[in-house]
Amino acid sequence: MPKPYVTILGKAVRTAARMRGGGSALPGLVVERIDPDFIKDTLVSLSRGVVVISGTNGKTTTTKMVVELLESQGLRVFTNKTGSNFTRGVAAALLGEIDMKGVLDADIAVLELDEAHAVHFVRTIAPRYCLMLNVMRDQLDRFGEIDATADLLRTVTQATSEIVILNREDQRIAELKDTLHTQSVRFFGLSDDLIATFPSDDTLHGGAIRLNNYKADVILASFTGNQATFIIDGRAVTTPLKLTGIYNVYNAAAALALVRAIMGGSIDQEKLIAALADVKPAFGRGETIIVNGKPLELVLVKNPSGFRLGLQSFPPAGYATMIAINDNYADGRDMSWLWDVSFESLRSEGVALISGIRAYDMTLRLQYDEVPIASVEPHLKRALKQFLAENADMPKRIYCTYTAMLAIRRDIATLTKVEAIG
Amino acid sequence: MKKNTINLLQLYPRDMNIYGDYGNVLVIKRRLEWYGYHVNLLTYDPGDSFPDEVDIIIGGGGQDSGQTKIQQDLLAIGPHLRELANEGVPMLMVCGLYQLFGRFFKTANGEIIKGIALLDIETYGLSERLIGNIILDSPEFGKIYGYENHSGQTFLGSGVTPLGKVVLGAGNNMKDSHEGVRYMNVVGSYLHGSLLPKNPAIADFLIETAVTNKFGDFSTDIVDDHFAELARKTAAKRPR
Repeated sequence: MPKPYVTILGKAVRTAARMRGGGSALPGLVVERIDPDFIKDTLVSLSRGVVVISGTNGKTTTTKMVVELLESQGLRVFTNKTGSNFTRGVAAALLGEIDMKGVLDADIAVLELDEAHAVHFVRTIAPRYCLMLNVMRDQLDRFGEIDATADLLRTVTQATSEIVILNREDQRIAELKDTLHTQSVRFFGLSDDLIATFPSDDTLHGGAIRLNNYKADVILASFTGNQATFIIDGRAVTTPLKLTGIYNVYNAAAALALVRAIMGGSIDQEKLIAALADVKPAFGRGETIIVNGKPLELVLVKNPSGFRLGLQSFPPAGYATMIAINDNYADGRDMSWLWDVSFESLRSEGVALISGIRAYDMTLRLQYDEVPIASVEPHLKRALKQFLAENADMPKRIYCTYTAMLAIRRDIATLTKVEAIG
Repeated sequence: MKKNTINLLQLYPRDMNIYGDYGNVLVIKRRLEWYGYHVNLLTYDPGDSFPDEVDIIIGGGGQDSGQTKIQQDLLAIGPHLRELANEGVPMLMVCGLYQLFGRFFKTANGEIIKGIALLDIETYGLSERLIGNIILDSPEFGKIYGYENHSGQTFLGSGVTPLGKVVLGAGNNMKDSHEGVRYMNVVGSYLHGSLLPKNPAIADFLIETAVTNKFGDFSTDIVDDHFAELARKTAAKRPR
């Protein structure tokens, strides 16, 4: 089938799906069925190649940062920004960006892919660069074990043609270097002071802290409130940031290392840091919505390490806290992960409301950490309504799993006036 | 040390702690405290000296790499653990340590990993993982709710009985319809979830046994299991 025809068909499906209010992956699926080479043909034409970003936590925010940083350097960037991080999501995103002849107006593609889909993707297209953020206990019911997940990422790094960026402080990621022979490998890392505040799945239970002495191209040296210092190629750079949460700021170190690798000697560091200072958190990743004049923060929690870092990043004092835990397929069905998070930091303030399909699993978890609970309402919309009404004069924070976050965002607009999203 | 102290030992927390195994330890610890006992929480990792006095032992699952790290050490303390089990010390072994408390684990490649044969069970690694929500019916504990995620399939010998009959899910293996094991006061199971929070009857069995072993009787306040009951009701309705 000639390409323009596939493109028009895909675009038509995309429009139809949008009108139906449907999910972003559907048109991608249709085009993949008709022309399996669709993604490949479109992406291989890009002059600066393809970048794959993968890992358990932080893919979406990091991808957003990398895109904005590359744009600051004058590149035209294609990305799967719908948050649908599967191969089909890439196809769907492409359909939105290409013209009717199937030409993509971009220099480089930056794609976030989860571990399994990244493996599938690199079988079709070898990325020129890849960035591996971390490997933690997440969705183990889908991938099996952490070591098996690390092996998926290994396949992705081995399929990469030029430069691989690795997290020095995650031993399973740092070890990927050992099986890379033709690629250039670079690291991002933390200062010794900060490393203690990043419990990995190994260090939580008493594993070793750093098992390598690789030199890192970008190091996050310190972070206080809204200002961070990075050591870039040995030199300290301090900048204000709009990002909240220390894990987002560490991902900024990853993004800087990747963009430095892509731009090489032609990098404009002044523009790079200015763009970084301007990056806002991605959809549901520590974003703030103003509801009836008071801030409401949505913190996405998907796995124990993410939940721990979230609790650590956002002090509960002065905030009303709600937790919404679903166990739909996209959240992961296994509730065990809640028991790998300590909730003792919430004990002094208590939790205003617990919701979601697994509300009572969460409540039980808090009972055993002796955290006071004001209310439990499994039905999300009713819970949200109650939470907003009972805490009208307070800043609010909701920790939520993925599908709970989607529901909350959908419901919040119907319940109240949302003034600004920033 | 206080007079009414129970020594709770977590076995290999560094290498065998995946899928919320700490939840089981926390539940035993808190319930004991709520019942009015003092808890001395101990950990044992490879190379440590094994504590002299132990009243309850909890062990969990691990990565394949974690199992390799602890295997030699476990074989060394195996005779002592067998002795404790035969004296009636209550133990809960989940997933990886459940398997290694048996005779052996034969991997998919045919390699034999020797266990401590405290339990009369054998495990065979297969390529297919058994994953999902699981519900059991147990003559001792009633309905048991959890989540399974294992590639090893376990077969029971004549010296042990199953923990329960599978109502939803796979269980020990794909041939029988039972899950877990009971022997003396030892409970072995593949169930995460974590197991004990939503199944307080098993937690109380371990606690009551330990307290009775040590102090002769067990009389306590009642713990409010209202939320556990509601969490069980939710679990009963969730898909595989």
